[in-house]
Amino acid sequence: MCLGIPGKIVAMHDTQGLPMGVVDFGGVRREVCLAYVADEVKLGDYAIVHVGFAISKVDEAEAQRTFAVLREMSQLDELEWMKELAP
Amino acid sequence: MKYLSEYRDGRVARALVAEIKAAATRRWVLMEVCGGQTHTIVKQGLDEMLGDVIEMVHGPGCPVCVTPLEQIDKALALAARPDVIFTSFGDMLRVPGSDCDLQQIRARGGAVRIVYSPLDALELARKTPDKQVVFFAVGFETTAPANAMAVWRAKELGVDNFSVLVSHVTVPPAMTALLAAPDNRVQGFLAAGHVCTVMGWTEYEPIAAKYKVPIVVTGFEPLDILEGMLLAVRQLEEGRHEVENQYVRSVRRDGNQPAQDLVSRVFELVDRSWRGIGPIPRSGLGLREEFAAFDAEKRFDLAGIHTTEPAECRAGDVLRGVLKPFDCPAFGKACTPEHPLGAPMVSSEGACAAYYNYGRFRSAV
Repeated sequence: MCLGIPGKIVAMHDTQGLPMGVVDFGGVRREVCLAYVADEVKLGDYAIVHVGFAISKVDEAEAQRTFAVLREMSQLDELEWMKELAP
Repeated sequence: MKYLSEYRDGRVARALVAEIKAAATRRWVLMEVCGGQTHTIVKQGLDEMLGDVIEMVHGPGCPVCVTPLEQIDKALALAARPDVIFTSFGDMLRVPGSDCDLQQIRARGGAVRIVYSPLDALELARKTPDKQVVFFAVGFETTAPANAMAVWRAKELGVDNFSVLVSHVTVPPAMTALLAAPDNRVQGFLAAGHVCTVMGWTEYEPIAAKYKVPIVVTGFEPLDILEGMLLAVRQLEEGRHEVENQYVRSVRRDGNQPAQDLVSRVFELVDRSWRGIGPIPRSGLGLREEFAAFDAEKRFDLAGIHTTEPAECRAGDVLRGVLKPFDCPAFGKACTPEHPLGAPMVSSEGACAAYYNYGRFRSAV
């Protein structure tokens, strides 16, 4: 129910006073209400979209940092495996 | 897809599982309060991978599952009216009411339409002025800003044939009710990342302090959930009970302020009954007096509909975490996704349906 999908804002416009936009979800595009993120997003930003509403701008720096930490963890793990497998 | 596939990497997942096992000196009981997380945990078998150090209890995190039977019966009564087009998110269509479900009403000729967004329901109302369009406004805090906007716009644009049947619930009062129960076993929480995207996490700080439970705001992908579990286990092992944020790429401490502002202009806190759990004070949202004209319960006469819930479905025990789905006598026998007794077997985010669909018929531990 609370499913939110990250997508890229590819168009922004105003519909009768309501900030709207088009968001691309890996090739699927859909009209999305941007009213709740209007002050912080620009074209090309990623947003988390829930039932047709952007509810947050994806913090790209944080997204990359989180993933780097996770990635590092798995590489360390692999080093351990390599040590174990070493003759 | 960017920001999704990176968080599904199997190698990283294995590393996280090893990290959690290394951090835990005993078995801890954690609860997630989000149906999307429940679905991912059971589908990926994260709870089974970690069964020796974590018991995952699946809390009341699916709005579809906790919508009271009485509200479903009201929806059915509205959908059966010839002057009404009843609109809803798709996952409400098969939730059993007392006699039938919305899908059956549709098969009998009722106008029931699935919408992706509440604004689509509003647009339908503008295009069909000769019909009453009712939207079933269910959900947690994540969905409230969308539903609030539909009502706000209806008033602004004067769409008089639009109304909402509201059954909104809020997460913190349910967490508090679970923690205050004498049979509570939950020692730490994964809080729902999108609820907190809207609300932030300040309202969880007094809960963590009072009940001495770590609460980790967590995302939805497998790696998010594993990292959330790791942070919770580390806190428990170190005797800490803080609110921590795993889902940093979407959640900020104060949440989404414009969304909170519109929600509080349209809705106010009300007492709500949770299906299977019962009434929880100030645990839901209802329309403010200024928007009463858009309240389907006031526009149509529904006051005569009072429903008591049948005792045979033990969904309440499952939602409170005292019963595993496979320990319910009806699970997989009298109750299946084709013929559900209760909502947790209907919604793909319900704990019972997740267990059934992924072949969990007995405990793996």
